[in-house]
Amino acid sequence: MSDHENQEQFEGLLSRYEPVIGLEVHCQLKTESKLFCSCKTQFGALANQNTCPVCLGLPGVLPFLNHQVVDYAIRMAIAIGATVREKSVFARKQYFYPDLPKGYQITQYDLPYCENGHLALNSGRVIPIERIHMEEDAGKSIHGDNASYVDLNRAGIPLLEIVSAPALRSPLEAHEYLRKLRAIVRYLDISDGNMEEGSIRCDANVSIRRRGVKELGVRTEIKNLNSFKNVERAITYEIIRQADLLDSGTAVKQVTLLFDAASGRTQVMRSKEDSPDYRYFPDPDLGLVQIDQARLEAVRATLTELPVQKAKRFHEVFGLTDADALQLTDEKELALFFEDVLSRVSPIVPAKIVANWILTEYLREHNNRQWTWPATIVTPESFAQLLRALCEGTLSGKMAKMVFDEMASTGANASEIIKLRGLLQINDADEIRAVVAQVVREHADQVALYLTGKQKVFGFLVGQVLRLSQGRFNPGMVNDCLKEAIHESSAKN
Amino acid sequence: MAAIDPTTLKASELAAAVNRGELRAGSVADHYLNRVETLHPLFNCHIHWDKAEVRNELEKQIDAIEVARYAKKYLPLAGVPISIKDNIMVEGQIAACASRLLAPHRAAYDATVIQKLKAAGALLIGRTNMDEFAMGSSNENSAFGPVHNPWNRRHVAGGSSGGSAAAVAGSLVPLALGSDTGGSIRQPASFCGVYGLKPTYGRVSRYGLVAFGSSLDQIGPLARNVEDLALLYDVLAGPDGRDSTASQRVPLPTQLALPSGNLKGLRVATIREFMGEGLDSEVRKSLESALETMRQLGAETVEVSLPHLAASIPVYYILATAEASSNLARFDGVRYGARSQKPGLNLKEMYLQTRSEGFGREVKQRIMLGTYVLSAGYYDAYYNRAARMREVIKREMEGVFEKEGVHVLVSPTAPTTAFELGQKTQDSLSMYLSDVYTLAANLAGIPAMSQPMGKDSKGLPIGLQLMGPSFAEERLLQVAYQFERHQPPMGVPDLIPSQL
Repeated sequence: MSDHENQEQFEGLLSRYEPVIGLEVHCQLKTESKLFCSCKTQFGALANQNTCPVCLGLPGVLPFLNHQVVDYAIRMAIAIGATVREKSVFARKQYFYPDLPKGYQITQYDLPYCENGHLALNSGRVIPIERIHMEEDAGKSIHGDNASYVDLNRAGIPLLEIVSAPALRSPLEAHEYLRKLRAIVRYLDISDGNMEEGSIRCDANVSIRRRGVKELGVRTEIKNLNSFKNVERAITYEIIRQADLLDSGTAVKQVTLLFDAASGRTQVMRSKEDSPDYRYFPDPDLGLVQIDQARLEAVRATLTELPVQKAKRFHEVFGLTDADALQLTDEKELALFFEDVLSRVSPIVPAKIVANWILTEYLREHNNRQWTWPATIVTPESFAQLLRALCEGTLSGKMAKMVFDEMASTGANASEIIKLRGLLQINDADEIRAVVAQVVREHADQVALYLTGKQKVFGFLVGQVLRLSQGRFNPGMVNDCLKEAIHESSAKN
Repeated sequence: MAAIDPTTLKASELAAAVNRGELRAGSVADHYLNRVETLHPLFNCHIHWDKAEVRNELEKQIDAIEVARYAKKYLPLAGVPISIKDNIMVEGQIAACASRLLAPHRAAYDATVIQKLKAAGALLIGRTNMDEFAMGSSNENSAFGPVHNPWNRRHVAGGSSGGSAAAVAGSLVPLALGSDTGGSIRQPASFCGVYGLKPTYGRVSRYGLVAFGSSLDQIGPLARNVEDLALLYDVLAGPDGRDSTASQRVPLPTQLALPSGNLKGLRVATIREFMGEGLDSEVRKSLESALETMRQLGAETVEVSLPHLAASIPVYYILATAEASSNLARFDGVRYGARSQKPGLNLKEMYLQTRSEGFGREVKQRIMLGTYVLSAGYYDAYYNRAARMREVIKREMEGVFEKEGVHVLVSPTAPTTAFELGQKTQDSLSMYLSDVYTLAANLAGIPAMSQPMGKDSKGLPIGLQLMGPSFAEERLLQVAYQFERHQPPMGVPDLIPSQL
């Protein structure tokens, strides 16, 4: 079934069933070193280069808590308005796997450092976040033809696991929630938030219930969704699958699923009966994680503006619409680009125009050309030059768009292009009058027609003037001059 | 120089002689290497031992000691031979925990205590035999065969640090390192007639010690006298940035001599629950005479009751095995150790086969016990209850020191003297009971030591256990020092030839 067909079937079943979705999001923190040793965390090193006796799990080693991780974790807790536990506990989650060097993962279990946060969607719906805990990542298994290999560079990299309440009601909401989480970690500068590189990974818990029913249905868990699109696709597929089952009178089984992006389907990984007993217990190698009020305040003092606060300010101070403010703040770098450009053009260019140009022209090219942040092809200064020229009247809107296209394709500065192409708008009334006079002369019959009341002809005449000026005349002035010239000529007659 | 026989010197005297240049570290090394070589077949104290290899590895350290002497830098353990229990990492050396599974494993780094020993000028003479992964009380659970007691070869040396205790008792080395999770330093020290100290939990870094029960394990010294015990303890103790359970408190050097020269003002308490059933009558008599000696030295002796200590064996065997089952998960044949060579195994089979072949019976038994008590549905009934009970025991013991004004708790270290080899190997419970007096200090995290207080009618040593409040190692050592001066010396076991 194609995604499109899915979509149609999906709309139909929503009238009967209500989806209930919760997300568990794993977010890699970009601390300089790992959670329990001083190995580097940087991506792209040679296999097993970023390892030491501790993260290799050699006999006799001990973990030692990296306090930068705790500070990053506190930032996240504050950002979602959560409660921070004064004394939390690291626990061991035990299972055997070759990329898990100690035979257990150090994580937090019944006493996580953070609980009861929340995140608001654009619709105003508030999604409770049940808990966040700190844990170490496992390594990576690489399966070759005749052997399997283990790369432990990732082993011990700090993660935050962020667990939402089952409060999301559609795949779209799940997508939005995830995007907002990603925006927050990037605003906080605690994670790259890059799903493709795996710095954000997501598991989804999905169940459905008949509309009007209170009790939750049996849920399934979909593991390791590695893109925003796949989160949405997998959840949509799963809702349809569950609805089909219920419609045919079959019960949904509590299973763990894997999403296959190629086929767009979920496959059973294991049933509830096979679910492992992780034998959690407090890690005796690590004391309590103590976070007192003073530390909380110290971290709070380092926090910069969050997306919600920024959007509010954009709306209140710059008069942007809520929709524009939300879209601009969706990504940290986009918001910073806006603020940078605005600071360079204010007060000549109104904030609304800056926002419009960024959200339409700039974003289109940014997405089509797959630019990355920070902006280097069209720099804030170059973009500011363009908007200034537009608002000072030296470029018409049409010319500005032409200039921007060239900026995007060549990477040249706006002012250079304007100068090079001689594109400056002409506001010299005498020069315009001369061309207008010529047009009036050459099209005397059209002018006569206009004077009989055929309004449409005026547009034709303006077009002739602009054509002769190669689009450089100020269109407003052309209008005025043309009217003036026509009236003069009619008065003469 | 040939006039000085290094064997007759205390470690402190040996270090002084080497620092002064009266003895050369190289000749001390040769002297002790010869002793180890000659005496090894008698006791089986050392494992993975190759004289030429050890001598070769010592070259660098011998040079460093010479350099320090020219620079007039005093090294507290200059040229002092020491043997290291096989569960402590020494870079480049085999560290097998006396297990088949780890037999080919060479350590990639130095434990924190090993760095300290090297910096202090010690000579690492060899690795000592032990119960596999420190699980046992007789050193019979070793993949390398049992250790024999230097006082009687038919008897056990105790465990799990049996090789360390026997090596010190037989003067194969003046000092050794052991580890103590439930009595593994003190009980073999008691059986072999030497001094052994389990420091306060967190006093000595555990970094580089293969974990058995992480919340109970401590590395500690073994020696033939209190002065040497304190000398080694001072080198080992202190904070460590690689062990978050290590205390931040910086220790002061131990002052052994009490100004008064006696024990006046000291309140010594015996524990009623440790004087009952199971206590050998000769051991009891020996304790009574030790108490009399203490009274003569001016101490006040009282009896206290610690009723919750009755639970210490079940509590210990739940918590220690739970932690062990987790700590030993990493020995899976994936990255190091002896992976099963059976052909055609899939991943799960490789795990099962490697661990079935590699671990001994006692280790498997404890892993299974520990896995069970952490399992879903049993966690609260076992692990959680035991963890809460541990807190009760801890508070009860702290209360004796804080509220009842007791300075030192004393008891026999073990209910009996060294039993015969093979006597208890078929009976886990009776084996576990030989640690009945030592477990409490690990559960409470407090310091405890064993010192000789006599011999039984068979000529086997009897140990006296001293326990104090947290970080009161110095007090224990001071009391032991006074007591030692009023005890007849243990002498040298008859098995040790007088001329070597």
